[in-house]
Amino acid sequence: MPGIQRIAGRAVAVDRDDIDTDQIIPAAWLKRVERTGFAPGLFGAWREDRSFALNRPGAAGSKVLIAGDNFGCGSSREHAVWALQDFGFAAVVSPGFADIFRGNAIGSGLVPAQAAAATVARLFAALAADPDAEVVVDVAARTVAIPAAGIEEPFALADFARWRLLEGLDDIALTLRHETAIAAFEAGRPAWLPALDRVRPAAR
Amino acid sequence: MSGRLFDKVWDRHLVVSPEGEPPLLYIDLHLVHEVTSPQAFESLELTGRPVRRPGLTVATMDHDVPTTGLDRPIADPLAAEQISRLRRNCELHGITLHGLGSIEQGIVHVIGPQLGLTQPGMTVVCGDSHTSTHGAFGALAFGIGTSEVEHVLATQTLRQAKPAAMAVTVEGQLGDGMTAKDLVLGIVRALGPGGGVGSVIEYRGDAIRALSMEGRMTVCNMSIEGGARAGMIAPDDTTFAFLDGRRHSPRGKDWEAALDDWRGLGTDDGAEFDHEVRLDVSALQPAITWGTTPAQSVSIDDKIPDPGSFASPAQQQAAQRALTYMGLEPGTAIRDVPVDVVFIGSCTNGRLEDLRAAADVLRGRHAHPRVRALVVPGSARVKAEAEAEGLDKLFTQAGVEWRSAGCSMCLGMNGDILAPGQRSASTSNRNFEGRQGPGGRTHLVSPAVAAATAVAGHFTLPGDL
Repeated sequence: MPGIQRIAGRAVAVDRDDIDTDQIIPAAWLKRVERTGFAPGLFGAWREDRSFALNRPGAAGSKVLIAGDNFGCGSSREHAVWALQDFGFAAVVSPGFADIFRGNAIGSGLVPAQAAAATVARLFAALAADPDAEVVVDVAARTVAIPAAGIEEPFALADFARWRLLEGLDDIALTLRHETAIAAFEAGRPAWLPALDRVRPAAR
Repeated sequence: MSGRLFDKVWDRHLVVSPEGEPPLLYIDLHLVHEVTSPQAFESLELTGRPVRRPGLTVATMDHDVPTTGLDRPIADPLAAEQISRLRRNCELHGITLHGLGSIEQGIVHVIGPQLGLTQPGMTVVCGDSHTSTHGAFGALAFGIGTSEVEHVLATQTLRQAKPAAMAVTVEGQLGDGMTAKDLVLGIVRALGPGGGVGSVIEYRGDAIRALSMEGRMTVCNMSIEGGARAGMIAPDDTTFAFLDGRRHSPRGKDWEAALDDWRGLGTDDGAEFDHEVRLDVSALQPAITWGTTPAQSVSIDDKIPDPGSFASPAQQQAAQRALTYMGLEPGTAIRDVPVDVVFIGSCTNGRLEDLRAAADVLRGRHAHPRVRALVVPGSARVKAEAEAEGLDKLFTQAGVEWRSAGCSMCLGMNGDILAPGQRSASTSNRNFEGRQGPGGRTHLVSPAVAAATAVAGHFTLPGDL
């Protein structure tokens, strides 16, 4: 996963709260066994409305999605993150993210930038005035900006998540640094806990 | 702050808390299904990493399996591919799979408890948001995405910042005809769709204690609909009676040791929570959602609300959008809304107790001629147990389709879907736009209300038939 320092480009604004992952990527798309190829399904039902923000001619090639509160609620499908990335988004700016979505975004390298509601309202207003304005999400500085509108505000992103996104780190490799601690923990687990270990087939 | 059920379970799973990093939490049980796992297994292969503890991983097929015609090959080539990949991945990595044809196949959140795999004090994860169901046993159980599925497969741990602790205290006695589903719809309505974000809920109070394990699972299942990371209920004698003698429950001396341990898990008197919500259920009525989030519900005697009656502009806008999508007019009595399809099943309400509740209403009655009704058991075992009681014949005689186990119309991946514009009364957990099929309109209800609605052709209570 490549590191992400700074994202700069056009944005798509969807001013709705509680956008659930069923809207971001409808269930019919969950039958894919790949992590790519989801862009045509992104907001599949809403895109049938020609006035939907993603249908604006300038939307193609946008890098930032600005959305209402509690973004990504509902289903745990990481396909929602993959669909956003497949379309070209590298960051989502929202007053709040659903917990599972936030974890999925960080895991897949999509920046979940949580900005104050007042900041997001200003971003919506600036993009309403100039839909092609450049939006800058600076992961290192944790700021979101629309330079042409004179907006630059902080967003929240936990230190560890920021570091991982900046460096593009493999989370499993980071965890396996603690292999000794994991093995020690395992040795002390109560005997009654269920375990379905069986003879494993020959290694590949 | 110690002394809460959540802390006790959290603390005993802390592997390491490195400076500047979220702690690593050990995972006791990882449930896997065909839809959110293929990409995780593929990444493991690409990186050459083994599954660390295949014995703590259990797989089944539920999300896109057919619920009819199981004697024929799976018609949908994409679903067939996911199912064959799961079979291959489990074989390759030595993971127990309860596949199609097995008596233990079924919805992940139904089979875990049914097998006795879900026990108090455990950590349980699955690539499915309704993993919160398992919290009914006093386990810390939550949904994860595919990257985390891969992480758990490779390390048997998860990196998790500790959520806040929220208490939802439910006092009073559930009135006649009230079920756990009505209760949790009331709780989600009070929380709002994002009220629980960042929190693990502990459900407390007399009304929770009085629930069966099935009812507790229904309540914890929908924690995610209030945005919560997880929902938990302290284990008690109801829990222990449910677990006693199940396939993976401890036995003999282990059972005694486990009981001693489990009895100490409950929140200590005087413990404080980061947030607390209190509800008195005595006045609650059976609930029906009218909108496109599970938080948008009314009681059976109510009317479709006027968007202008909501407090904030955002809520008003959301209500207006929801009513437009749902094709409803403010002021219409919910009882006057006609229904095309009734779906009884899902990880929320697909257990034997739920099917019995629906059967009690349908006994000696027949579904309305306009209504297509289907019952989809939560697992193959639930199906077999229901058939042993004759419920299959009862449903069939009532004009209701009797299906095989799976998620089915809860999320409409397997072809069991609403046609555009069709309206359902559904015992599932989500009424999002298009959830049960593009353009479909979903109203969430309890099994008893679903069954009564199937008979009447519009929303109603069993007592009104």
